[in-house]
Amino acid sequence: MSINKDEIKYLSLLSRMDIDKNEIKDIEEKLTKIIDFVDQLQTISTDNIAPMAHPLNQSQRLRIDEVTETNDRENIQKNAQQIEKGMYLVPKVID
Amino acid sequence: MSSQWEVVIGLEIHAQLAAKSKIFSGASSSYGGEPNTQACLVDLGYPGTLPVLNQKAIEMAIRFGLAVGAEISTRSIFARKNYFYPDLPKGYQISQLDLPIVVGGQMSILNNDGEERIIGITRAHLEEDAGKSIHEGFDDSSGIDLNRAGTPLLEIVSEPDISSASEAVAYMKKIHSIVRYLGICDGNMQEGSFRCDANVSIKPFSQDKLGTRTELKNLNSFKFVEKAIQHEVMRQIEVIEDGGEIIQETRLYDSDLDETRPMRSKEEANDYRYFPDPDLLPVIIDKDFINEIKDSLPELPSIKKERFIESYKLKSTDAEVLTTSKQLADFYEEVKKLTEIDAQIVANWLIGDYTAALNKDDLDIVDSKISASDLAGLLNKIADQTISGKIAKEVFDAMWKGEGSAEVIIEKKGLVQITDDSEIENIVNQVIENNPSQVKDYLEGKSQLLGYFVGQIMKETKGKANPQKVNEILKKKLI
Repeated sequence: MSINKDEIKYLSLLSRMDIDKNEIKDIEEKLTKIIDFVDQLQTISTDNIAPMAHPLNQSQRLRIDEVTETNDRENIQKNAQQIEKGMYLVPKVID
Repeated sequence: MSSQWEVVIGLEIHAQLAAKSKIFSGASSSYGGEPNTQACLVDLGYPGTLPVLNQKAIEMAIRFGLAVGAEISTRSIFARKNYFYPDLPKGYQISQLDLPIVVGGQMSILNNDGEERIIGITRAHLEEDAGKSIHEGFDDSSGIDLNRAGTPLLEIVSEPDISSASEAVAYMKKIHSIVRYLGICDGNMQEGSFRCDANVSIKPFSQDKLGTRTELKNLNSFKFVEKAIQHEVMRQIEVIEDGGEIIQETRLYDSDLDETRPMRSKEEANDYRYFPDPDLLPVIIDKDFINEIKDSLPELPSIKKERFIESYKLKSTDAEVLTTSKQLADFYEEVKKLTEIDAQIVANWLIGDYTAALNKDDLDIVDSKISASDLAGLLNKIADQTISGKIAKEVFDAMWKGEGSAEVIIEKKGLVQITDDSEIENIVNQVIENNPSQVKDYLEGKSQLLGYFVGQIMKETKGKANPQKVNEILKKKLI
């Protein structure tokens, strides 16, 4: 299996990554190598093996339902570019 | 409208779970806080943070699953659903795809013809809610409030078994009732705690293959669900009958214009690239834990309804209404326990005047202005013939206004029913005397005039005469 330029453009859109035209060829080659590697894995028969959801053979620990966090807005919003009325500002998005 | 079209609807209901904290963090999940005061580093997806699953969310999902006869997965996994939107801080939503916690189940509803319909439930999975974008009040910007981000949601996905807008509403109401019975969701639709998306398509009856569907987003009232689906079905029929084709897309319902329109979002066609979330290990659910929850389930609406019909001899439709909400059902049983009056009369009062009064003041039953024992006190006054049912309504209104108990109001307003035979006889005689021509007509066969006389007597006594006695004595005198 291989990957083509249109698929790379589509992926860059989905992942919101701005890929320069000059980079596409290089990325195509690198991604193709990764896909070739996955192709190798896929030649192995996994018919009788249950899919693995996580590399650690452990189960999820659960939290008790308690409020443990306090309001840290002031501190956290120091990292924001723009805030107003306690909200983060972003370019207008309307559906 | 052509009736050759079969409508196929599936609903995805989002119920916010009534846990105190978020699904993966210890931030508060309560509604209405100042913007961004309940969004911690985990909710914001800061590097180095780790989501840890809330046990209550698991427990509540299991409660729901058991209540709808579903299978509970003893092994369940979480996945990342990837998309970009400003109110989704991490760039992905933690949700479930393979191995959701609740698989299968079903819900029975009554359609418009009163026939039972079984709606299949495909699955119910846990996920985190997104934040909120606020578009008003900012110049060329949107404000983002992430308090809601990470609030635990149960998404309940139905099979495409629903065949009309009214069935969709009936199904949604049933689920709404169940989640509140189970105490897993407050069901507050104004606050968005309970909302749904509808997948709608049409096809000719003769065709097996489903038509192309559209998805209607974020319907947050029963009325909007009904109107949005009705509108969308009409639109699809028009498009197809004009020779067009339905495009698979997401549409928003605009309640002001009563129409659906495509979302303007540039979001790519649902390419979410799900993969198992490496931050979360598989959830293993113990059989004993499931059994414990099973033992703690409350009596559910359908079973309660049957019991009400059986033990109180109520009409089926009344039992249905009374058991829709657990609070109303409990209130009914409390009143019933405290009064000797016929169980059906108690039901009539609750479904009629009492519910009307609540609705008028936009109150919930827990905020009711008349307690169960006060209402029972009023009904007892009818039972012991102190007042008639008609006067009782007047007393009820005064009680609702806070003028005191039934006893106090009856006393204060002098509303005690006249049951004394001789007193009623006097009034009857008077009325007969004052209306000679009507008496003549009555005796000549105009029997419907009896109502006229009763009316006159009630007018004389300001409604206080015992109606049975009035009828009895009138008939005796008018021979």
